[in-house]
Amino acid sequence: MPKRNPFKSLGEYLLFLWRAFTNREPLRIYWKLYIDECLLIGIDSLTIVAITSTFIGAVTAVQTAYNLVSPLIPVYIIGLIVRDMTILELAPTVTAIVFAGKVGSNIAGQLGTMRITEQIDALEVMGINSTSYLVLPKIFAGITMYPLLVILAGFLAILGGYIAGTLGGLITPDEYIYGIRADFIEFNVTFALIKSFVFAFLITSISAFQGYYTQGGALEVGIASTKAVTNSCIALLLADYLLAELLV
Amino acid sequence: MIEVKNINKSFAGKQVLFDVSAVFKPGITNMIIGGSGTGKSVLLKNIVGLIVPDSGSVLFDGRDFHHGSQEEKKALRQEIGMLFQSTALFDSKNVEENVRFPLDMLSDMPMDEKMDRVNFCLKRVGLENVNKKMPSELSGGMKKRVGIARAIALQTKYLFCDEPNSGLDPLTSIMIDNLIYEITKEYNITTVVVSHDMNSVMEIGEHIIFMYRGAKLWEGNNENIFHSDVKELNEFIFSNKLMRRFKQ
Repeated sequence: MPKRNPFKSLGEYLLFLWRAFTNREPLRIYWKLYIDECLLIGIDSLTIVAITSTFIGAVTAVQTAYNLVSPLIPVYIIGLIVRDMTILELAPTVTAIVFAGKVGSNIAGQLGTMRITEQIDALEVMGINSTSYLVLPKIFAGITMYPLLVILAGFLAILGGYIAGTLGGLITPDEYIYGIRADFIEFNVTFALIKSFVFAFLITSISAFQGYYTQGGALEVGIASTKAVTNSCIALLLADYLLAELLV
Repeated sequence: MIEVKNINKSFAGKQVLFDVSAVFKPGITNMIIGGSGTGKSVLLKNIVGLIVPDSGSVLFDGRDFHHGSQEEKKALRQEIGMLFQSTALFDSKNVEENVRFPLDMLSDMPMDEKMDRVNFCLKRVGLENVNKKMPSELSGGMKKRVGIARAIALQTKYLFCDEPNSGLDPLTSIMIDNLIYEITKEYNITTVVVSHDMNSVMEIGEHIIFMYRGAKLWEGNNENIFHSDVKELNEFIFSNKLMRRFKQ
């Protein structure tokens, strides 16, 4: 597969989005597709998101506890650190990387296979805007379901920290609860949700772009899936930094 | 009637179609034949609008496809049916949903009328009681027949078939050829078949165009094709032992 100029690829990506959002099919067409995608993107990701976020929360609590060597620092800080790390980074960003791996590769693989088996050409011959028909439901399902997954991930990570901290004897339940309620900044939750919308848009649209323009055969579909994950991860980390600069 | 006028097409500086012109009349099976890499499929994709030619025009009953507005193109596409080489059936939809797809997307028919039309088209191609089967459960010949049923679901005026016999045994190939021939006659549609299968040419080639290195080299029918003095055409036709014996 020849290397593409990144600026050209960016231009193609923007044109791809333009085509997806303009000259749409009637809205009634999208409803069932949207629900199907919500199930595929959201419900099918529940298990992996639940497992990763619970363990990340647990590990954060344990690592924080073992690094608190000064007796001057109160133990409830463990809860506070787990909460802030979870809400600010672990829930929206780490879950996004997991999400890119699962959903991004799935989207690119699906569209790549449709491209090489001429299913996308079949849509075009029928006069259907294939970009809009195939991509819009995925983007909207992503930006609907991913914030919900982030909320769940945040809750489970804090719960994971609680379970690991209390069962391991690192912190008492009361101290942990006190910690997660101490100096709470409400805007952090808003910030996490803003991030989740942006990340969901980037992951679904970049993955769809990679899959949609697949050329060749099965090998290229695999390459497109890999590129979907790596490019999504790079884009979301860049967006994470820019959002932190802009909003914090 | 479809008029192709002076089509030229290049990819990355390499010209693959040279000033191709042709007229495809309704009610007969028009064939584009030639060896691999001679530009048959590229020409077909230029005609159906999957590729935009560098110059030239394609007129569908006087309507210029490539120079029309988006609305005109969309309206025209709804009169086009295409059978793809890989059949391009949608993997996620069963037979019935595949055939119903153009009706769902492009018509305002009530569901019972759509189902009547789906069952009629499936019956017409000799497939009954397979409505709920998935494409992966069908044989190659059955997939082609579902592809034809989908292509005629919207009462198509123009039918395009890209290598309809590829991957099929001789008996099934003849069955598919005859089906295309019968449908062409029955509905008086303009049919264009791309093929390199000489059995098909002999079976249904009422109007034939021979492509060689991106240019139209010969035009005729399945009667006079064997009496041509074009060296390249003769090499193509009599490339196998059976055809050489037939000639003798």
